[in-house]
Amino acid sequence: MEIMTKEQTVTPSVEKSEYVIRVEDVHKYYQLGETQVHALRGVSVGIKRGEFVAIMGASGSGKSTFMNMLGCLDKPSSGHYFLEGTDVSKLTKQDLARIRNHQIGFVFQGFNLLARTTALENTELPTLYARISKEERHQRASEALTLVGLGDRIHHYPSQLSGGQQQRVAIARALVNRPSILLADEPTGNLDSRTSVEIMDIFQTLNNEKGLTIVLVTHEPDIARFAKRNIVFRDGKIRKDETVDARPVAHEVLRTMPAVDVDD
Amino acid sequence: MDLVSILRIAMRALARNKMRSSLTMLGIIIGVGAVIATVGLGQGARQAVQNQIAAMGSNILFVGSGSVNRGGQRTGFGGTKTLVMGDLDAILKEIPLVKEGAPMTSSSAQLVYENQNWSTRVNGTTPAYFDVRVWPVQRGTVFSQDDVEQSANVIVLGTTVATNLFGTTDPIGKTIRVSNLPFRVVGVLVSKGYSSGGMGGDQDDTAFVPVTTLQKKMAGQTWLNGIILSAVSKDASFAAQPQITALLRDRHRIRPGMDDDFFVRNMADFAELQDQSSKTLTYLLASVASVSLLVGGIGIMNIMLVSVTERTREIGIRMAIGATEDDVQTQFLIEAVVLSLTGGFIGIALGVGISFLVTNLLGWAVLVSPWAIGTAVLFSMAVGVFFGFYPARKAARLDPIEALRYE
Repeated sequence: MEIMTKEQTVTPSVEKSEYVIRVEDVHKYYQLGETQVHALRGVSVGIKRGEFVAIMGASGSGKSTFMNMLGCLDKPSSGHYFLEGTDVSKLTKQDLARIRNHQIGFVFQGFNLLARTTALENTELPTLYARISKEERHQRASEALTLVGLGDRIHHYPSQLSGGQQQRVAIARALVNRPSILLADEPTGNLDSRTSVEIMDIFQTLNNEKGLTIVLVTHEPDIARFAKRNIVFRDGKIRKDETVDARPVAHEVLRTMPAVDVDD
Repeated sequence: MDLVSILRIAMRALARNKMRSSLTMLGIIIGVGAVIATVGLGQGARQAVQNQIAAMGSNILFVGSGSVNRGGQRTGFGGTKTLVMGDLDAILKEIPLVKEGAPMTSSSAQLVYENQNWSTRVNGTTPAYFDVRVWPVQRGTVFSQDDVEQSANVIVLGTTVATNLFGTTDPIGKTIRVSNLPFRVVGVLVSKGYSSGGMGGDQDDTAFVPVTTLQKKMAGQTWLNGIILSAVSKDASFAAQPQITALLRDRHRIRPGMDDDFFVRNMADFAELQDQSSKTLTYLLASVASVSLLVGGIGIMNIMLVSVTERTREIGIRMAIGATEDDVQTQFLIEAVVLSLTGGFIGIALGVGISFLVTNLLGWAVLVSPWAIGTAVLFSMAVGVFFGFYPARKAARLDPIEALRYE
């Protein structure tokens, strides 16, 4: 675990390739009707391979804009964003779509699964756009679902699954193309506290055992503490960037929590 | 994304709104069905006319008495009395391209057998007529050249006349009265059935007597109404036409610059004319029917636009996980094409069904060609692509962030 001080970015001694994400002096402007919104005001940050970062901030702080940019759904108005050494700010829409497909896994607050589509097919979705053979698509999707503990429910429809299970399907979907980073936008926002910790348990396991880089947005400090590093946004700037001390282990927290029947 | 997956997604999306999808398809179904049925009817009619003409022989020529200008007043066709047996003999003698020929002259008459009677057209001709028209007898014989020379009172009946006068009795050898003259029935012709396309009704409602008998004993005329000729080939029939014209002008002493008092028609010309008119009718019907195809296409566009709006969030999800603009566009375009093509196939089935129904119930000839079906398939596909393009483009151009936020 490396230590980065507030608003400090790339130190010359660090090899560039160590950074999965490197953001340099990024600004983002929106035209909202008549008024221009300055959503990001010079953000610079570096995230290394294997990090687990929680981004916090009030609504309007720019954290969502930042996440959209990290997820290649949006491009910065100025500044640079390097993903695995590639300057994303210069790419075409087509290239961005490919990067979202291959290098980024998305998990949303509202799960965003396709209704009337089984867990397996939902998980397979990104592989459809990756032009992978049918057998491998199937193989990968089954593996990903097993990894999140849904190996026995692959043919269930979202309506037949609990919120926590739906979010697991979403995580499996995010992992199926073996991305460099997992981006989670308020992944526990729609879940009860126990299920939230279960999701954080999955994230911690993926981070520890697979070395997956995870960036998650949350406004719950309790959830943010499960990450290794917390970045706080306010008024379009990073106000705080600190390592989490005394980080709880989700797996152990779960033991202390009462079981909730609703989940099954 | 591979085509199989795209098709599966499209099918599922359409199956989700079965009622809506079927109603949308209905426009295309009706359009394609109407086009297939009308084109089938048109082509069937053309085929029927072609068959009749082919059965008569494409090497046939007609010479008819024409109009004449008497001091500024012109009579209609058949107004002259200048066409005579001598003309036929001269044509046969001097124009080697003409193989055979027979005179045509007719008079209507009341035919009576015992207590039955029947009014029909009695034609005066020679035995050659039955060769030229390829019209054999089913019973008895046709009259002979001797009968023609002796102006014999013999008659050959068409099946309609024979049935009406004799019922089940064998007419051969029986004597009937034609305009109060006794005639011996020598033959009954095979049935030619109904003719369409201006050739005039029941071809079997007719009777034939020697031309001399008709001219001398019944009509009291020396001239002919027409001459039917068969050339040695179809090409020869074209070549013979000007030769006949020249010969007859010479025989009728028509000075250069004066109008002919006869006309020469070629069966091939007649076929062409018939074909042209039924073709025009087919195109007219088909273009009216294709308007409904256009309306069907607009229906597809409408429903695809609704679908894109409804599925904004799905589009957002797909884009977030890596679908390119092209992927999204293809998906919606394929959906529109699946709609229109499925409609097209059902429409073809409907059109073919209507055609069979029309054939069986109304007895009209209907011909659904593979060509028409192929065109219908391509056309309905084109309708899907054309009317699906704009909604698909709209879907592909959505901003993924906005789309994900859409409720």
